[in-house]
Amino acid sequence: MDILNAIVALLNFVVIPGAAYGAQLALGALGVTLVYGILRFSNFAHGDTMAFGTMATILITWWLQSMGVSLGPLPTALLALPFGILAAALLLLATDRGIYRFYRQRKAVPVIIVIVSTGVMFIYNGLVRFIIGVEDQNFLDGERFIISARDFKSMTGLDEGLALKTTQGITIVVAVIVVAVLFWFLNKTRTGKSMRAFSDNEDLALLSGINPERVVMVTWLIVAALATIAGVLYGLDKSFKPFTYFQLLLPIFASAIVGGLGNPLGAIAGGFVIAFSEVTVTYAWKKVLIYLMPESLEPSGLVQLMGTDYKFAVSFAILVIVLLFKPTGLFKGQSV
Amino acid sequence: MKKLLLATAATSILAGAASAEDIKIGVLLGFTGPAESLATGMAAGAEAAIAEVSASGLLLGGQTVVPVRGDSTCSDAALATAAAERLVNGDGVAGIVGALCSGATTAAFQNVALPNGMVMISPSATSPALSVLEDDGYFFRTAPSDARQGVVMSDILLEQGINSVAVTYTNNDYGKGLAESFEAAYTAAGGTVTINTPHEDGKADYSAEVGALASAGGDRLVVAGYIDQGGPGIIQAALDTGAFDTFHLPDGMIGDSLQERFGAAINGSTGQVPGTDSPGAAMIEAIGEAQGFQGTAPFAPESYDAAALILLAMQATGSTDPSVYKDAVMGIANAPGEKIYPGELAKALEILANGGEIDYDGASAVELIGGGESAGNYRQIEVIDGVITTVNFR
Repeated sequence: MDILNAIVALLNFVVIPGAAYGAQLALGALGVTLVYGILRFSNFAHGDTMAFGTMATILITWWLQSMGVSLGPLPTALLALPFGILAAALLLLATDRGIYRFYRQRKAVPVIIVIVSTGVMFIYNGLVRFIIGVEDQNFLDGERFIISARDFKSMTGLDEGLALKTTQGITIVVAVIVVAVLFWFLNKTRTGKSMRAFSDNEDLALLSGINPERVVMVTWLIVAALATIAGVLYGLDKSFKPFTYFQLLLPIFASAIVGGLGNPLGAIAGGFVIAFSEVTVTYAWKKVLIYLMPESLEPSGLVQLMGTDYKFAVSFAILVIVLLFKPTGLFKGQSV
Repeated sequence: MKKLLLATAATSILAGAASAEDIKIGVLLGFTGPAESLATGMAAGAEAAIAEVSASGLLLGGQTVVPVRGDSTCSDAALATAAAERLVNGDGVAGIVGALCSGATTAAFQNVALPNGMVMISPSATSPALSVLEDDGYFFRTAPSDARQGVVMSDILLEQGINSVAVTYTNNDYGKGLAESFEAAYTAAGGTVTINTPHEDGKADYSAEVGALASAGGDRLVVAGYIDQGGPGIIQAALDTGAFDTFHLPDGMIGDSLQERFGAAINGSTGQVPGTDSPGAAMIEAIGEAQGFQGTAPFAPESYDAAALILLAMQATGSTDPSVYKDAVMGIANAPGEKIYPGELAKALEILANGGEIDYDGASAVELIGGGESAGNYRQIEVIDGVITTVNFR
């Protein structure tokens, strides 16, 4: 029984939150990595693209809610999601047409485009705040829990509760579906193959008749979808606040780089590595150990490797170590 | 000699021209950054007082006052300094209301206000460190120090029979100061703090923090954070995982969005926020309603009071020179004299013009103690049936 309690406590506080957070980071990192792989620059505006897509989704969600539309136990935002993606896609395509294309045609070095994307980031940042404001927005409706801590306790008779939120379930399911579709698209379809060819060797791809503008457009469309899905899932699970999305950029880039920039598989692995390193290394093992150890050996302290204030230091230490020993990331990406 | 006379005459004409201009008051708040959602209400409060004085036509023989906004951000010392620099040397303000967060306030005051001899009255910086700041009498705050709040908090919890708590604080001057003063007061009175750990604001995920807090345990979770920052994320995660059911929430966490977001889910949670049962609180609410801002928004009353104190001190000394009127601030805020509430600034200006005395009570029952900080009146609240309810005043 005690072992069960220990496992449940670990699941509840480490595994489930870590997995959901990891999935959110992975989706964000996929977008960053695609832009890096195909358009060859680090897109600092990605966090705010997520914010913009999520904002559009929230506005549609509110409209749907006011019309009395709902998905029953599922959040209405899922219904609004395609419209959010559409809005983000329009924004990205307009940005590309108005800004990035200019630099691409002049064959500007990547570092210039990175700085340009920083400027774009601030514009998106202001745009989102201008439209929806700076406050927290909660747009979750429907059933909150698949299983709540209290129900779990009364069901099993254990001392520890296990909570699985609907949003955590949705996050993981949606992330799996999105990743599967993306890989099918990149590996099996003609457009996907031309994107990979363009990523591998731009000149060769041009010679073999691939239309670069089309590849760029499809990339932005996919990035818009990934960013909006990641943003909405994150917003449903936690809450939407423009400032937080801006801050999300850091762990997302860490995930993409740890996994190997430009490598989609690496982005997913990186997301989970960063998420779990934040949660596990700073976890206080006291509760778990009290269940596992005989009474005489029970710890009196927190049994914490390091304080939670160091959780970012942990993920960035991992980043540095990976880059020192494998400059291209865990999975072979392009070196930075 | 002739030249000198001419020069003197020219200077006096220039000085005369300058005094006919508007008096500018800096409103230096964190309009962007981690406390940006507090700034809107606070700026409205300060600007309401400025507009009221200006409209009365009684200040220093009928001068008008205009607010000039500056963005101090919350935690970026360099930006706060730059914004204060612009207000003082660019716009030529005669006094500053601000800054919002304790960190920004310290930076703006030490780097700009003090060297330039500028009065700063912060409505919301509550870090205990500001009490011992070397200020030459230029710094005041209409918010109380958190050293006092820590004691109030500890009293409330112990009275409720809560003898063991876990504490998490926002990792800045405000959170750390409050958490430390609380832990000192609480353990001295016999309580146990199982863990005292910071959380970063605006971060993506708080599972790690909640995991550690849950593991440490305790009867209640003290969240010394911001309501529109990491605070709700921590509460949400603690509720969802079943780690804690009730919370104790200091001033930064009390706001309408708390009950909107959590409602009955945090029934039984307690907290305290600067506030009084003085008539001023209702009056600022009425003013806010008329002008389209929320008079009860966190620190909006204190902001109104900060702006009012600067202007009334100018009137009392007949000067807009900070080095002159700074000495009048304490006298105006405290007894003796006629009590002044929000909306009565015209009356106060008149009394001062006639050489009378006032005891400015304002919207937040201002009473300045020590080096010029609010004595600290707290409203003890409890979440009952999903509504933040006032249960006591301390």
